[in-house]
Amino acid sequence: MKVIGKPRRRVDGRAKVTGLTRFADDVVLPRMLHMKMLRSPHPHALIESIDVSRAAAYAGVHLVLTGKDFPASFGILPITQDEYPLAPEHVRYIGDPVAAVVARDEQTACEALELIEVRYQPLDTISSPEEALAKPEPRLHAYSERGNIHRLQAFQFGDADAAIAQSDYVFEDLFFYEGNTHLPIEQHACVAALDADGKLTLWSSTQVPHYVHRALARVLQMPASQIRVIATPNGGGFGGKCDVCNHEMVAGKAAMMLGRPVKICLTREEVFYMHRGRHPVLMKFRTGVSKDGKLTGMHLQTLVDGGAYGSYGVASTFYTGALQTVTYELPRYQFEAARVFTNKPPCGPKRGHGTPQPRFGQEIQLDKIAERLGKDPAELRLGMLVKPNSLTANWLKIGSIGLEQCIRTVVERSDWKQRFRKMGPGRGLGLACGSYLCGAGLPIYWNKMPQSGVQMLLDRSGQITVFCGATEIGQGSDDVLAAIVAEVLGVDPQEVRCITGDTGITPVDLGSYSSRVTVMMGNAAIHAAEKLKAMLAEAAAEELEVVPDRLQFANGHVSFDARSLTFAEAVVLAEVKFGTLGAVGSYSPPRAPGRYKGAGVGPSPAYSYSACVVEAEVDAATGWIRIPKIWIAHDIGRTINPVLARGQVEGSVYMGLSEALMEEQVFRRLPAKLSRALVHKFPSLLEYKSITSLDMPEVDTVLIEDPDPNCPFGAKEVGQGPLLPVMPAVANAIYDAVGVRIDELPITPDKVMRALELKAAGKPARVGPEHFPAVPYPAPIVVPPPWEGGDGKEAKRDDAAAVV
Amino acid sequence: MTRAEISLSVNGEPVEVTFAPYKTLLELLREDLALTGTKHGCELGECGACAVLIDGEPQLSCLLLALECAGRSVETVEGMAESWQSGAGLHPLQAAFADLGAAQCGYCTPGILLTAKALLAHEPEPSRERIQEAISGNLCRCTGYQQIVEAIEEGARRMADESHR
Ligand code: FES
Ligand code: FES
Repeated sequence: MKVIGKPRRRVDGRAKVTGLTRFADDVVLPRMLHMKMLRSPHPHALIESIDVSRAAAYAGVHLVLTGKDFPASFGILPITQDEYPLAPEHVRYIGDPVAAVVARDEQTACEALELIEVRYQPLDTISSPEEALAKPEPRLHAYSERGNIHRLQAFQFGDADAAIAQSDYVFEDLFFYEGNTHLPIEQHACVAALDADGKLTLWSSTQVPHYVHRALARVLQMPASQIRVIATPNGGGFGGKCDVCNHEMVAGKAAMMLGRPVKICLTREEVFYMHRGRHPVLMKFRTGVSKDGKLTGMHLQTLVDGGAYGSYGVASTFYTGALQTVTYELPRYQFEAARVFTNKPPCGPKRGHGTPQPRFGQEIQLDKIAERLGKDPAELRLGMLVKPNSLTANWLKIGSIGLEQCIRTVVERSDWKQRFRKMGPGRGLGLACGSYLCGAGLPIYWNKMPQSGVQMLLDRSGQITVFCGATEIGQGSDDVLAAIVAEVLGVDPQEVRCITGDTGITPVDLGSYSSRVTVMMGNAAIHAAEKLKAMLAEAAAEELEVVPDRLQFANGHVSFDARSLTFAEAVVLAEVKFGTLGAVGSYSPPRAPGRYKGAGVGPSPAYSYSACVVEAEVDAATGWIRIPKIWIAHDIGRTINPVLARGQVEGSVYMGLSEALMEEQVFRRLPAKLSRALVHKFPSLLEYKSITSLDMPEVDTVLIEDPDPNCPFGAKEVGQGPLLPVMPAVANAIYDAVGVRIDELPITPDKVMRALELKAAGKPARVGPEHFPAVPYPAPIVVPPPWEGGDGKEAKRDDAAAVV
Repeated sequence: MTRAEISLSVNGEPVEVTFAPYKTLLELLREDLALTGTKHGCELGECGACAVLIDGEPQLSCLLLALECAGRSVETVEGMAESWQSGAGLHPLQAAFADLGAAQCGYCTPGILLTAKALLAHEPEPSRERIQEAISGNLCRCTGYQQIVEAIEEGARRMADESHR
């Protein structure tokens, strides 16, 4: 291959280092106005009245909007259309927007916000999952499954409890993963404007222009064909720009009403309220293990703190259980989950979407299992890996799996065998693995259309233009697109012009989430490029007097031995022969074998795998943790651009380490003499701690290539998977260093100190959740696994009994 | 509204500008001078995305009043390439960042490039630790910093090579 696998400057590299990348807040239009939103200062309240008259009369103000201007609700999932652009009567978290001012400049808009008078009737606050379970009232949403329990899910893939009960060993562990947020350095921003022809265009820092497009049509009650959403390159996304946002809807409405462009850029504090970040999850793992180190069954219960709205939460909740089966052989699996509503900014998808939390629990529990069985944690895992081309208990189809090589690689490079449990006090190594989707198998709204489309245009100048709805969020999706097209057509990727993320002119791609872009856009791009290649080959073959499939496309030439045309010459010949040259390609993932209700979350065209070893130094006097080095190997299937792939791995390791050691989106009660309101503890970049260049350890990255037949040139994902093993590997390394288990994140020095004190007092040296509340999980959907005679469907109750 | 007027040098060119006196240098650059290459992630001095060079030293433009910059010389990312007489059209640091994956989303990049440029002006061959220290006030959420540090090392090498040529 000429392009794929070679280290290259990314196609948009020049723009990024010259300041020419046009982010949303860089969009400036003539006669543009500026918008600011008024947000609720109460975590839970009813709006009694809003008086905007003074704000509306303020000099320089063009428009004031409130909830009554927006009759229609919206939401990312069709089943949770529970947000309004501006809350009409009920606010559910501090930061819930209630009004907006559009003015000649930001300063004037801010001044006018102060003039809006809102009377609230405060309601009791639901501050935690325990409270949500205990208090059905005041209820956040009438549509919730019951009280403040948003959603309950339960599945049984074989009788896991019976299998566990008959096992040689049973492990029961509780884990807690604190919530945290994406913290993209670019704050969300958008500009809405009417085109000359009266249609609406929205430029927005969004990962999902297609979904924003649909939501705008619903909220503004206008035909989708009159709306165009342009995703500007995101200054970091990580899932934080995957949801449909209030400000996008309100700016769209304001631009429609005023006929002038309207811009809003959120402040950093507002970005913390926008959130949609990692759900806090409490987990209980009951796992059966045989003497020879095989899993016999697992029963996982999760309790998910959703915050104030649905967002992606139903999917996030499924994901706390869906991928427990894709790494290690698990013959029987029971999974129960509950998501509750609380009066905090809504949680949603963050890098790894719902899977880092259970991964944290599972990989620490495996470390405990290995110790009890007297096995090396790496060997234990190697003995239970899922087989390639197999089905899991919950009916997921596994393709290639390069995890064995990943484990062997990090074991060797970290000198694991010589150093694990042998490094002396205060120093240790920990190992963990992870697996992730290469694109969610199903779209967010039910339809049978392709999930990614690519359109290509060639002309006699030799120029190649590729259109795709995929969104550049920094991960390099434009580069992947250009590289794939360039590989097929035998040109330099810099020759390919990418036009992406524009619902007005690019074919639909569902967006940059679930690590779907390389696989889905890539397959669509191959589809389109191969069609054009065939036309070029046919035309060139006539000229060169050879059969078309003998022709080589490489280095900007179409050739057979010494006979050769430049790419542009071949295009001219093809344009003569076929007329104007264009082609489209599309991609739909293979149909997944699961047929039960809930089977939609978890299937993917392929799964990526990673293994990680973390070295830790822990100061027993202070609890201070230092991480000198991390080794990671990631099964990427095939590397498209090693420079970018390595960047994705290291960025994931960084983010995982930051979550492991310090990041937390947490809340506190104001003192009684104030309002006792539940407020964000530190909505600022300074106080919300994240790792800086000084804290970042050396990362040893190895890309393992086990090509997957469902993927373009075999290339799987790399943007999310490598984050997953980092947090548990840190916890396991800390155990190796000082012999204490910290079963919750983040692992901070005070928790380490507490555990060391317990250890010194002869008590179990563990800090983590002590108890799992009673959750009214429903009777499970019973689906026999493939090896118990199932067909992927829910068993009727009677059959279920028979199967058990 | 009263307006302020100052003259200063921006990327080597003399500029006279009239603006609302409460504006920060960040706002002046982005809004009044249309130099949107300078970014912002907080406007509170916490992220480093807005760093520019004032008389050659890195400063957070979100914390400086534009009025304070009268008579000073400001360099933004837009001026970087021109500040280096290389034929390629990029400053060696810019080229190294583009080649080595130091810019993923690219949002932190202008601030880090200028911070690195100032470091190399003082220390043409800084140690890895010095580089990490110099950019510790610039948050990058994408890269994990390793490729940024390597690109600064590579940029330093390229600058040395090109100046010796
Ligand atoms: S915008 Fe100036 S430091 Fe963040
Ligand atoms: S490259 Fe995205 S924040 Fe640094």
